[in-house]
Amino acid sequence: MSDQLVKIRNLWLEGRSDETWNPIINGVDLDLKKGEVLGLIGESGAGKSTLGLAAMGFCRDGVRVSKGSVEFDGIDLLNASAAAKRDLLGKRIAYVAQSAAASFNPAHKIIDQHVEGPTQHGVMSKEESEADGMELYRKLRLPNPDEIGFRYPHQVSGGQLQRAMTAMAMACRPDLIIFDEPTTALDVTTQIEVLAAIREIVEEFDTAAIYITHDLAVVAQMADRIKVLLKGDEVETAETRTMLTAPTQEYTKSLWAVRSFERPLKSPVIASAVPVVSVRSVDAAYGKVPVLHDVSFDMHEGRTVAVVGESGSGKSTTARCITGLLPPSAGEILFDGEVMPPSYKRRTKDQLRQVQMIYQMADTALNPRVTVGNIIARPVQFYSGLTGKALRKRVDSLMDQIELPADEYYKRLPSELSGGQKQRIGIARALAAEPKFIICDEVTSALDQLVAEGILRLLARLQDELSLSYMFITHDLATVRAIADEVVVMKEGRVVEQGPKREMFKPPHHPYTDLLLSSVPEMDPDWLTNLLAERGVDNIGDAAVDNM
Amino acid sequence: MMNLIIYLVVIAVAAWVMRFVGQKVTGNAPKFRDMTYGVAFGYLLAVALIAWLAWGYVQARSDDPLVANKFFFLKAAIEGFVIFAVAAWLFKLAGKTIGTEWSKKMFRSMPLTAAFGVLVIIIYIIVAVFAQWIAPYGQDEIIQGAAANITAGGNIALGGDPAYPLGTDQIGRDILSRLIYGAQNTVGIAFVTTALAFLLGGTLGFLAAVFGGWLDQLLSRLVDVLMAIPSLIFALLLMTIASVWSATLGIPLTVFMVLIIALIDSTRVFRLARAVGQNIVVMDYIEAAKLRGEGMGYLVFKEILPNATAPLLAEFGLRFCFVFLMIAALSFLGVGIQPPLADWGTMVRDLAGFISYAQFAPQASVTPLLAAGAIALLTVAVNFVVDWMLHKSSGLKE
Repeated sequence: MSDQLVKIRNLWLEGRSDETWNPIINGVDLDLKKGEVLGLIGESGAGKSTLGLAAMGFCRDGVRVSKGSVEFDGIDLLNASAAAKRDLLGKRIAYVAQSAAASFNPAHKIIDQHVEGPTQHGVMSKEESEADGMELYRKLRLPNPDEIGFRYPHQVSGGQLQRAMTAMAMACRPDLIIFDEPTTALDVTTQIEVLAAIREIVEEFDTAAIYITHDLAVVAQMADRIKVLLKGDEVETAETRTMLTAPTQEYTKSLWAVRSFERPLKSPVIASAVPVVSVRSVDAAYGKVPVLHDVSFDMHEGRTVAVVGESGSGKSTTARCITGLLPPSAGEILFDGEVMPPSYKRRTKDQLRQVQMIYQMADTALNPRVTVGNIIARPVQFYSGLTGKALRKRVDSLMDQIELPADEYYKRLPSELSGGQKQRIGIARALAAEPKFIICDEVTSALDQLVAEGILRLLARLQDELSLSYMFITHDLATVRAIADEVVVMKEGRVVEQGPKREMFKPPHHPYTDLLLSSVPEMDPDWLTNLLAERGVDNIGDAAVDNM
Repeated sequence: MMNLIIYLVVIAVAAWVMRFVGQKVTGNAPKFRDMTYGVAFGYLLAVALIAWLAWGYVQARSDDPLVANKFFFLKAAIEGFVIFAVAAWLFKLAGKTIGTEWSKKMFRSMPLTAAFGVLVIIIYIIVAVFAQWIAPYGQDEIIQGAAANITAGGNIALGGDPAYPLGTDQIGRDILSRLIYGAQNTVGIAFVTTALAFLLGGTLGFLAAVFGGWLDQLLSRLVDVLMAIPSLIFALLLMTIASVWSATLGIPLTVFMVLIIALIDSTRVFRLARAVGQNIVVMDYIEAAKLRGEGMGYLVFKEILPNATAPLLAEFGLRFCFVFLMIAALSFLGVGIQPPLADWGTMVRDLAGFISYAQFAPQASVTPLLAAGAIALLTVAVNFVVDWMLHKSSGLKE
């Protein structure tokens, strides 16, 4: 027997939608040796997760195998009996899902869910498995490893839960683990901890893994080999280093090139210029819980201010104060040098018009029952009073600006658009009000990298044409590098550091900024190794934040 | 009892044999290989049940009336089921071939149960609207020369009369005509009542969702109080009071009944509208509209209502059934729709005594069951349609 573990040959998968079967995976081959980590990357809808699950011999509801074979350690998984599969799954093949919070049963303690696999498969007794679980928690560097298992899933943080789930997958010491975007939902500082923990434990037990992600920099740290998928077709497969340095296919090259987008630096702001929006020592609270403490920064005409920080740092709350949804408890918001009423209810129509917002989730930001044309037309009609032909003309020109042909898209519903197109409609709706200032709240974080780059370029172009000011909320520092003129770093409701981008990306920094910057994965496959060597395993991620 | 146990044991053994033989004969095909014992047992239980139904149907066609009478209603149920299934299938087939592109697509995706429901509802609507022309006699017409209590079926030997295919009631009114008029009265009043309940409950529910705060608290607690009282008892109580007012004010009691049931049912609608509204209010597009400076009317009618129609429409169907049953129940108790207006609930009550003949003279006991059957059929039909609509709006696939 060779050391071949998974062998997929000419696999075709189909998914059911609207009474017809559409291809999802078109004749993909996949090989995995024992102890090897394969990275599977591609845009959403490329079929990565479906392929990953197929490697376990499993198809989601509404998915079927039309052709091909899947072999695991010489066992034909597609024709194996249900009983034979039960013996394999959980014991020799394990799965780590994207959202640990949604995958744990909230009604049971973590350790009780952990021991289920080993006891069911007869690998260990309950007591042995509990002790082993604690050992795994220790290896994954969870805080209080002896105690944390006895908590319920909602009592631990997202990053800890993701590591507990990895421990659960490891419980039976499987030969293969499928990681399905395990760090996508996490902050950069948390992500790095989870990445380091996963990599270490996979190496220690010599487990083979299929690592599914859309983040190239992450996969570069984790995988020995990388396979790129595009719409169900394999684009190319190569060793990680070869793939990073010399991709052969056009599509792969374009993926690699995304991160190179960067705007030219602008001349410094004239000191006497009146900022478009000025946040002056704002405090804010949800009920009695204080969220913002003395936040102050200025945003000037035609410039982008990126506000960065991990989730819960008060970025979005600041935006809510500026829009007036959450009246600040102290301090004030100035627009063109004039104080705005704290609540949006008391602002004039013109003040409301000048501040517009683009949301993170285009799905919830667009009314699903209103056509694209009407979504854009409403603010035009509301603010300028245009009707009939003049209104239609204005909407057409707006759709032209966001690069969507009006005659094709005018009558569509949001559900008939792709994620990137929806986000463009959100931009058009903001532009329709002819504002001076737009808040972009994580506008690219739900999008694939190529699509996100398109949105960033569009926003940059619109800014140059209309001299708009952006407040750009993000946790992705690559985006900051691409589009920002000035950067504001926030932590626990306070501004930690602020200044022009050029200075922000050069040391010396506030230690938190430094940590944030160093936690962003880079395309270099040695990045994580070097970082761990430099900072030490206990001084990365959230642990380092706690040490501050 | 002993027989039943023996039958179950036989089925249990047969199920095991079936699975075993299936595995051997098909060479361990996945269908038999992965079949659990419970599933095999279920298959054979279903086969046994169908065999029993077939046996019962043959018995019902026996020449000996003593045997046939025992299975009279089983026969009626089986025939009804087959006729309606075929009718629904034909209806769906017709819908798939005739009509616009949109309606064809709808019929293609429609399950057979929903087709049945839509068909029955359409028939009820036609009957209700054209009752005056369809019914052979008036609803309160005591037919001169016809006997009272003529049995349904028109078989003279069994006490029927071909002129009155569904028989006559205790004072000689034609049952068929009264059933047809009953559709108009009962269904029509139920529809008006439900619409009123939705207008009241829906409006207040959305307002509570958008405003929140004290208005929400006030309305919700008020609704809690109303819902704490059992609805039928509450309706009875209010109807008793209304019957006094109705006499002094000269307003028909039916108007009060509509208002009272609408009020009681609007509490349920309020809760749904509020819950649905609250889920929509937190969406970013509502926030965007608020920040634009839009007024309350725009928010409720242009942003919230279009997104709440699916659950509200489904609730409308379900609520309609409850209202309808409540009216029938009130009429059965004597405070609902007043004679001589024909009403299904009243018809069941008036003829209820005949039900005890079911054992030996099933034809005679059919009379009250026809009205009850009309109620049941509409309720089932509406529920099938609602199920289908809920399934569609939830976006579930298969």
